[in-house]
Amino acid sequence: MTDAALPAIRISEAADELESPTRRALRRLFKRKGAVAGLVVISIFILLALFAPLVAPYDPIATSWSLVRKPPSTLHWFGTDDLGRDVLARVMYGARASLLAGAISVTIALSIGVPLGLLSGYRGGFIDALISRITDAMLACPFLILAIALSAFLGPSLGNAMIAIGVSATPIFIRLTRGQVMAVKVEDYVEAARAMGNPRWRIALFHILPNIMPALLVQATLSIAAAIIAEAALSFLGLGQQPPAPSWGSMLNAAQRFLTNAPWMAIWPGLAIFLVVLSLNLVGDGLRDALDPRAR
Amino acid sequence: MKIVRLLVATAALCVALGTSVQAQTTLRIGIAEDPDVLDPSLGRTYVGRIVFSAFCDKLFDIDEKLNIVPQLALSHETSADGKEMTIKLRPGVKFHDGEPLDAEAAKFSIERHMTFPGSFRKSELASVDHVEVVDPLTIKLVLKTPFSPLLSQLTDRSGMMVSPKAAKEAGDKFGLHPVCAGPYKFVERVQQDRMVFEKFADYWNKDNVFIDRIVYQPIVDATVRLANLKSGGLDLAERILATDLKDVRADSNLVLSTAPELGYLGLTINVANDKTKGALSQSEKVRQALDLSIDREALNQVVFNGEFTPGNQWVSPAHPYYQKAFPIRPRDVEKAKALLKEAGVKLPVSVDMMLPKGAENEAVAQVVQSMAAEAGFDLKIRLIEFATSFKQAQAGEFQIFQINWSGRIDPDGNSYVFLHTKAPQNDGGYSNPEADKLMEDARAISDPEQRKAIYEKLTKILLNDEPIIYLYHRKLLFAHTKKLEGYRQMPDGLVRVIGLKLK
Amino acid sequence: MLSFLARRLAQLVPTLFFVSILIFSLQHLLPGDPALVMAGEERDPAVIEQLRKQYRLDQPIPVQYFFWVKGVLSGDFGESLRVKAPVLQLIAQKLPVTLQLGSMAIVIAFLIGIPAGIVSAVKKGTAWDYGANLFALWGISTPNFWLGIMLIFLFSIKLGWLPASGYVPLSENWRASLASTIMPAFVLGNAIAAVLMRHTRSAMLQVLESDYVRTARAKGLSERSVILKHAMRNALTPVITLGALELGTLLSGAVLTEQIFSIPGFGKLIVDAVFNRDYAVVQGVVLVTATIYITLNLVADIAYILVNPRLRA
Repeated sequence: MTDAALPAIRISEAADELESPTRRALRRLFKRKGAVAGLVVISIFILLALFAPLVAPYDPIATSWSLVRKPPSTLHWFGTDDLGRDVLARVMYGARASLLAGAISVTIALSIGVPLGLLSGYRGGFIDALISRITDAMLACPFLILAIALSAFLGPSLGNAMIAIGVSATPIFIRLTRGQVMAVKVEDYVEAARAMGNPRWRIALFHILPNIMPALLVQATLSIAAAIIAEAALSFLGLGQQPPAPSWGSMLNAAQRFLTNAPWMAIWPGLAIFLVVLSLNLVGDGLRDALDPRAR
Repeated sequence: MKIVRLLVATAALCVALGTSVQAQTTLRIGIAEDPDVLDPSLGRTYVGRIVFSAFCDKLFDIDEKLNIVPQLALSHETSADGKEMTIKLRPGVKFHDGEPLDAEAAKFSIERHMTFPGSFRKSELASVDHVEVVDPLTIKLVLKTPFSPLLSQLTDRSGMMVSPKAAKEAGDKFGLHPVCAGPYKFVERVQQDRMVFEKFADYWNKDNVFIDRIVYQPIVDATVRLANLKSGGLDLAERILATDLKDVRADSNLVLSTAPELGYLGLTINVANDKTKGALSQSEKVRQALDLSIDREALNQVVFNGEFTPGNQWVSPAHPYYQKAFPIRPRDVEKAKALLKEAGVKLPVSVDMMLPKGAENEAVAQVVQSMAAEAGFDLKIRLIEFATSFKQAQAGEFQIFQINWSGRIDPDGNSYVFLHTKAPQNDGGYSNPEADKLMEDARAISDPEQRKAIYEKLTKILLNDEPIIYLYHRKLLFAHTKKLEGYRQMPDGLVRVIGLKLK
Repeated sequence: MLSFLARRLAQLVPTLFFVSILIFSLQHLLPGDPALVMAGEERDPAVIEQLRKQYRLDQPIPVQYFFWVKGVLSGDFGESLRVKAPVLQLIAQKLPVTLQLGSMAIVIAFLIGIPAGIVSAVKKGTAWDYGANLFALWGISTPNFWLGIMLIFLFSIKLGWLPASGYVPLSENWRASLASTIMPAFVLGNAIAAVLMRHTRSAMLQVLESDYVRTARAKGLSERSVILKHAMRNALTPVITLGALELGTLLSGAVLTEQIFSIPGFGKLIVDAVFNRDYAVVQGVVLVTATIYITLNLVADIAYILVNPRLRA
């Protein structure tokens, strides 16, 4: 039999085996233009938030009675709000509140949700049943109602809003982690680790957790997007960032009365939320595609 | 052929009949919230009072100048010692269920306000000892002590008459289907959606009622409420935003109707209940300094486009009881700084400022914060839910409480409950025996001139002690379609439906 | 199958129990005093005391919980502190509104999400993919209250085509009813469209690479036929069941949307009740919606298994 009769071996298969999973995922991620655009936009906003004091043209809480509700001009690119404050500066500083709200609430949700999900999925039995029922109960309550009630309970402030959103988002992570753990714990490498005598916590931490990271990462990205919108909603209801510190949601709250008189007060923070959340969603979707083991 | 002609004739007749019947006129009113229970003894919301004025008449009413005028009662007479008030009722008045309004019914209604479990009218009628029937059309209220504001209470919910038969049958469910004696009667209510009323055929003043139906629709968002009015979805809307007035005035289809309100917005200072012993509670000089650091005109201009009225007393400058001897002090940052120095406080003075959430409220607070900063105050704004605000206020967990009061016709209603020692709404714990005596004297006398003289002394004390820093008085801003004729806005903020016509 | 059903039904009870505890404790832990809230501006102390006694607000929380559960089990969900109407009556009044709004929202979500998902999957990697992606994603990227306000601004104020707010029941006038609910339904449906798009896309991708479809292609069928007749049918089944589960998202979104459009549905009822500390209303509504949600979950799971026998583990 000559070589020609054999089916051609894909050279790339060899190359695939040499590439680390992380590299492969990153490569696939960057192939999706939407995800790349999203990453760029998010990075810009993160930089803006970090360097706001250096970049912002004005003090975001400096009021000016003579400059109330002025339309965009060369002096104030985004116009001024109802107390004469520069909208551009407030959007930049507001990025801090909104991005922080997204990141911290999801961190809270991960810190509570993942361990509980690991426990529930790996141990099984009564603990699993208990945690699952509580998770179901929390999921059965509308997310925003939970967040509003928790926020009201803790008291209106940005920090409390983050806690409220984080706790309300926890059940999603519990359920996701649990599902992933149950799928992974029957895999060979887990069996092998157990056969070698590893204690359960070690298996959970070092063998299972790293393998469910991709799914968690995707969900975390999408949850940050949802958390930013939730922060806007809570601030809109007066339960989030306290005045005069800016946040995109509280800016929208104040802008609502001036839609016909001063629409720029609503357009810019709304646009900011839209861009950040859209980018996060694109990156999340891109990550899901990139980390999908079934894709070519 | 004959059948066809018959059918055509019938059809033509139906069409003719249909068009000959006058289209029902409906007045659609947009209110800012959904009222609570439509029971005059149990209701406590301001929007509830707006709805009441369409279907529940009271003993007396007010005119634009805040004079008392007859409604279900024709006249009143107070005895020389002030302890008896004789009221003559209007003859021939019927309730919506046909029952007559006689002295027994009036006695029942007032006693219901006084004794029904959960009645919110108890404190308003606290001065009444009992009600006597003199003759079928006359009742006598016997008081425990003289109380001149009583008459003005009878122009509001405490004076509303309910059908004894319906009230006895329904008990505390009366509010689900109320039966009163007003120009319109209750048809239906869909919570948070609408309340429908239709013309009462046997109303005592039915010749002046022209519109067939009234529908109240709660629309929380002020922008949306105005949008509805502009697009023709509503005929009348309350609480137009001051910043939307330019828009309303420019719209040729809309008419603006305004009146100065009876209430105020002020900063209640925690003078005696402050566990943290903040600077504001220690010396009236600090409070005066805060007062002087605020530019009320600028505040009015920035937040309300200059439409509202700055104020410094518990009644507005347009009110007959305003003390002209004490006009609003203009902003004086230098004097404020000097006062703070005299008081010996460390700058900046950190203050916990609590206020219920609401966009306009927050704007006012931020303006005050910004102005006070120049004099050396660091006001830390703390938004709070309305439901929590009263509890924290009562517990004294604030240093400044920015809150408004909707206002009462009698000046006693704007002062006593906030400033008298241990009064229910005296959250700051202000207590000045001199002021107490003045307030008690004023409510025992009926003569307006004498009362005004007493209140002048009270104003002097208050402007020194500064337990409440009054900031401004709203203008009641109502807008309606120009198809609505005969509407005049009254200072109590209610919508009176007599004499209204829809073109 | 039956054992699965029995197992799931058995799970229903403890879940609802936890829901009731969760929402009850959240409510009663909220700061603020409902008696004070009810007492209004005047705050007459005698009235406040009387209200506390009447509604058992002076009792310890477990005692109040006990009485509430007792009531619920006998069909009495209590009454609204604010308007004195029975909670069940309020729920009955608002259920048709929420159902109408919800079904319209889901229909819109399907109309946007599924085609977008199919196009995105079929034309993966091309401009169509990104375009469809964006088209569906912008729905969850915009705060729904902001979108609502913008829509009112455009369609009611500027163009005057639709009423700015308010609700007209279907039974009264179907045209006006549609006009009053189309904007809020669109706002709500947008968010769900994104989720549906994702599900459809991944389901389609999975199906398009399956043996089944490869066989169809190998048989020489046109691409169109492959997609429409074979791929879609298999992909859509899980998507439809998943779509029904978006009730939770719907209710969350409805909270602010109903506020802005003044639609008297559950969302507005709940949020007003939370702010007014109207305990019985919040508890009653959440319990009812949780029951519906869990039941839908169960139905979806059963449907999923019925359709896909391989999953009957």
